[in-house]
Amino acid sequence: MSAEDTLLYLDGVSVSFDGFRALNNLSLTMMPGEMRAIIGPNGAGKTTMMDVITGKTRPDHGTILFEGETDLTKLREASIANLGIGRKFQRPTVFEPHSVWDNLELALKAPRSPLKTLTYAISREDRARIEDILDITRLSPKRDRLAGSLSHGEKQWLEIGMLLAQDPKLLLVDEPVAGMTDAETEQTARLLCDIAGKHSVIVVEHDMSFVRALGVKVTVLAEGSVLAEGSLDSVSANQQVIDVYLGR
Amino acid sequence: MLTRFFLMGLDRKAGLVLTVLALLAVLVPVMTLIVPEGSPWHVSIFTVSLLGKYLCFALLALALDLVWGYVGILSLGHAAFFALGGYAMGMYLMRQIGPRGVYGNPILPDFMVFLNWKELPWYWLGFDHFWFAAIMVLVVPGALAFAFGWFAFRSRVTGVYLSIITQALTFALLLAFFRNDMGFGGNNGLTDFKEILGYDIQAPGTRVGLFLATIAALALSYMIASGIIASKLGKVLVAVRDTESRVRFLGYNTESYKLFAWTLSACMAGVAGALYVPQVGIINPSEFAPASSIEAVIWVAVGGRGTLAGAILGAVLVNFGKSYFTGALPEFWLFALGGLFVLVTLFLPKGLLGLWAQLTARLPNAKGPNAKGKNAPNGNTADQKGM
Ligand SMILES: Nc1ncnc2c1ncn2[C@@H]1O[C@H](COP(=O)(O)OP(=O)(O)OP(=O)(O)O)[C@@H](O)[C@H]1O
Ligand SMILES: [Mg+2]
Repeated sequence: MSAEDTLLYLDGVSVSFDGFRALNNLSLTMMPGEMRAIIGPNGAGKTTMMDVITGKTRPDHGTILFEGETDLTKLREASIANLGIGRKFQRPTVFEPHSVWDNLELALKAPRSPLKTLTYAISREDRARIEDILDITRLSPKRDRLAGSLSHGEKQWLEIGMLLAQDPKLLLVDEPVAGMTDAETEQTARLLCDIAGKHSVIVVEHDMSFVRALGVKVTVLAEGSVLAEGSLDSVSANQQVIDVYLGR
Repeated sequence: MLTRFFLMGLDRKAGLVLTVLALLAVLVPVMTLIVPEGSPWHVSIFTVSLLGKYLCFALLALALDLVWGYVGILSLGHAAFFALGGYAMGMYLMRQIGPRGVYGNPILPDFMVFLNWKELPWYWLGFDHFWFAAIMVLVVPGALAFAFGWFAFRSRVTGVYLSIITQALTFALLLAFFRNDMGFGGNNGLTDFKEILGYDIQAPGTRVGLFLATIAALALSYMIASGIIASKLGKVLVAVRDTESRVRFLGYNTESYKLFAWTLSACMAGVAGALYVPQVGIINPSEFAPASSIEAVIWVAVGGRGTLAGAILGAVLVNFGKSYFTGALPEFWLFALGGLFVLVTLFLPKGLLGLWAQLTARLPNAKGPNAKGKNAPNGNTADQKGM
């Protein structure tokens, strides 16, 4: 398949940790504006895949292209982020000594150089944007709270809010609903679907009702490569998928 | 824009620090130069220079707190930048001696005549001008810090490893400056200064002037540091301290942020050293000793890491204690210092200022702990990341 029109193009990507193959000849493509759910057993390499896309881990082999041309395997984390790839971590990581507002302000799309941040004065548009995100993530009443004092679910929402503030072209969202109540899970699904209109999103999640609520194409990873791909119903009917993942 | 920057950092704590410094700047000169010697309110010239010395250490501590408290870089070599600034000033003061040295050579400092040197080494050129020396006070420590940081941060050396190489840096400089053929006076260092800017360096007026210059430098550095902390850049720095990789994934080039704070901090330390030398009258390689840098870390820990004001308080209090102990019970000082560090680490992880914040938070009308130490690292992160 040609890489030209794709937003993200992974071909034959492999990563080993001390001889253990976390990613094994993984190939995957994403089109602009697409939302994709990734499922698979623990240790399948889902998080590692996000690590190689965002520059945290260097692949041993393989090609990773962004927008059909930029080779991500050569770039550092900050450059990749500035291309427009944002990430939410499996274990929510927010800036705990900062307020909710400051967390969003730090994530907000704006020049990233030290000189620019030293002289940064928040503009009216930036303020409105943060207010917006506070509303969307229902964190408005907690804007002045230190992020470290939020509950697990609220941290998840804050991190999603930070992703929104970054306004990336591609969002990598690792287990966004872990630790959330059913109602919160439903809200998160709705939120991600809203986002998906303007952005491309990859969501990793174990929660099947959440994946169903997203209603998007699903890729099943196992042992570092793609096992099956298609609608949730079709992959759920796949015997191999049932054997390694769903049937357990 | 500059005013906005300084105003940003002006919170209650900054107001208090600046008020105390302003009071000192008014009271000390009056009590020294105007109040007659017999009066109980008189402050001796000796005391003025002692206070000045404490404030130079306070500036070093402030510089250290900027990188340790807010960026998580535990430097065990900050005294190196202090000493380099001190040497730059010392070289100027040596050139000011002129023909009044023991050997009467109008160009060469005594130690060079003694070593049979015929002419001034190239790196001494220009130090007969105050302006040149003043620039070097900033440039030499700054450039060294920049080069060091460039390599260390880009190779992602952090934590204990980074601390160890900062210690190695100051130790290497210690050995280098001990050598006579380096041209910095070997283990005797630079001393016997006569004049600064044409004023007799021993005169009470000059001493008070140096004291005032130190207060001004400390106040300005404090304002710069707290302005930075309050800015978005400061928030990035604190984020880097606690979760550097997360900051990278937001698109910030964390190396350049660390490099900025680190270089600025080294320049501040250089200024502190430059003000220290004329007030104590000597600079020698012992300032590069690893123990000097470690002492500075203790000052910051005692006062409260990540609070700026705490660094100043800690430096002044510990050095006051040191002056007292080395006079009264000299053999106990090192034990007292070590014990103090252990006690603070165990019982006051946020230092004296943290204790103060805790106490005031209990009062009914206090604003709560967030008002003061909002960005202060908590005890746990201090243990995990800092040490
Ligand atoms: N830095 C690392 N060093 C060594 N092994 C690693 C590293 N990162 C991941 N692994 C291993 O690679 C495999 C894939 O891990 P990964 O985190 O990608 O799985 P995952 O699909 O995200 O699983 P989960 O659903 O539990 O989050 C695991 O066996 C893990 O132990
Ligand atoms: Mg994972």
